[in-house]
Amino acid sequence: MTSRDFDALVLPDRVHSSLYRDPAIFEEEMDRIFNRSWVWVAHESDIPKAGDFLTTHVGRQPVIVNRDRKGDIRVMVNRCRHRGATVCEARRGNAAGFVCPYHAWTYSQDGSLRGVPLPKGYKDFDKAEYGLVQLRVETYAGLVFATFNHDIEPLDTFLGRAKPWIDLFMKQGGGFPVKTMGEHRFTFPGNWKIQLENTTDAYHFPIVHKSFLTSLDNATEDLFSFMDAGGYVEDLGNGHSVMVMIPELVDLDDNLDADIPDRFADIAEELRRDYPEEQVRKIVRAIGGSGFNLNLFPNLACSMAFFRVLRPLAVDETEIRHIAIGMDGGPDIANRARLRLHEHFQGPMGFGTPDDAEAWERVQRGSAGSADPAWIMVNRGEDKTAANAGDVTAETGMRAAYQMWKRMMSA
Amino acid sequence: MTRTIETITFEDAVRFISLEADCLDHRDYATWLGLWAKDGIYAIPIDPDAEDFADRLNYAYDDAAMRRMRVSRLTSGESMSARDASNTLRSLSRFRMLDDEPASDVRIRCAQHLVDYRRGAYRTYAANVTYRLRVEDGGIRLAEKVVRLINSTDALAGMSFLL
Ligand code: FES
Ligand SMILES: [Fe+2]
Repeated sequence: MTSRDFDALVLPDRVHSSLYRDPAIFEEEMDRIFNRSWVWVAHESDIPKAGDFLTTHVGRQPVIVNRDRKGDIRVMVNRCRHRGATVCEARRGNAAGFVCPYHAWTYSQDGSLRGVPLPKGYKDFDKAEYGLVQLRVETYAGLVFATFNHDIEPLDTFLGRAKPWIDLFMKQGGGFPVKTMGEHRFTFPGNWKIQLENTTDAYHFPIVHKSFLTSLDNATEDLFSFMDAGGYVEDLGNGHSVMVMIPELVDLDDNLDADIPDRFADIAEELRRDYPEEQVRKIVRAIGGSGFNLNLFPNLACSMAFFRVLRPLAVDETEIRHIAIGMDGGPDIANRARLRLHEHFQGPMGFGTPDDAEAWERVQRGSAGSADPAWIMVNRGEDKTAANAGDVTAETGMRAAYQMWKRMMSA
Repeated sequence: MTRTIETITFEDAVRFISLEADCLDHRDYATWLGLWAKDGIYAIPIDPDAEDFADRLNYAYDDAAMRRMRVSRLTSGESMSARDASNTLRSLSRFRMLDDEPASDVRIRCAQHLVDYRRGAYRTYAANVTYRLRVEDGGIRLAEKVVRLINSTDALAGMSFLL
């Protein structure tokens, strides 16, 4: 496929439904986007100590993310350089190194090949040439990104205008560093971009999440009824965007003298035993998370109170992880409250996620109706400009993502 | 539970949890809610080794209020996934009392094999389930139900039913 074709499939206000359905396009996405872009792989709190590791994927390639003896984070292809077996199948753990189970080639924490059994069977064998394949790794505010593209711009430049929003998002540590606290992992039968769009789709919230809204107390229901709360969506460049739903919860350090909501009154009372009033307010205000979704192209979102990570499995199959986050070293009672809020909305039995997944599945099923014009419309709402704050239901974030998609697919 | 009892035997326990399973498969949620003790906990952990659930992320960790909300979500018609809910059929077997019986507070463990049918596709959910049953006001009440899916750490699909 040529770049010409992608131009025809992604217009400024609509995209062609073959983007959800065509296996050839999916293959190209894996090459041109997931093998070339910065891809989020972990949060630093997942691997705090030397030797800590986890296994995950960059696009379709299995990788190990680990912290070596010197404390550097490494991301390495999980494939033995002998005949290609995975060297690690554990999801996470701590290891002095990795021993391939097939013929016992042994790799150290930094991925270098340390030894092979019966070395005299090899002639002119230079172990230095057979280390695990290393990706380039950079971090921002605890977020660990990796890429196969050693010529790519620095992460800092790639994130660009998204960085101040990441900083704001991390304020939900309530004065403590942010740490991950487990995850809900689920799949849905649909294309990954359907989920990418959804993180910047406020339009669906009162419809799809009606049963979630009903389950909330009145004050919280008001907070989540953000259609007219002054929110907006902004294109942050490079496919990233932010959707502000609850403007008063953009900066969690603001309004610390406002009244504590009833639902957090008991927690505040208990916190007062251990913390001064100012810190109590800061912690309590951080419990519910931020009032915005930050969509980082292609696979991460900092979404209100959790990380959303997507992994394309096939053109019509996607895995989503909703990673709970909390306050590292913070009070148990606050972290417990955050866990319960996460369980309430997220996961295969949450009050929100199954309805989202149902909507996304319906989009995939409906996209089989391919009679022309088979367009997916993303033309809603005006983009935020200096003079115009736009609207929270604008599809600006989707337009931003698809323009980046086109740029990368045509490059 | 027409007769008044003081202790729970193996047969009582099996009869009670079979009724609970039947309520869930037939979406008789009103009866199901009535089986619980007021302080009962319904937990579906992710971590296979978890014994206490409060400080970790679970699929569900419900007290009475949360169970009520869960049932209204499944029955209100407001949830698009629940409107087109799965048909489920669960079998319980391999029962084992974990405490001496008869007693007024006992735990029983069993295997649960659940078949879920939705939109032309079957899925199965295999789980070890542990129940704590307690005598209250002369009848049996469910004090705790913990469902440990054997694939709990894998990616699951959305569930429009209760395990
Ligand atoms: S495949 Fe790894 S040692 Fe042979
Ligand atoms: Fe949603």
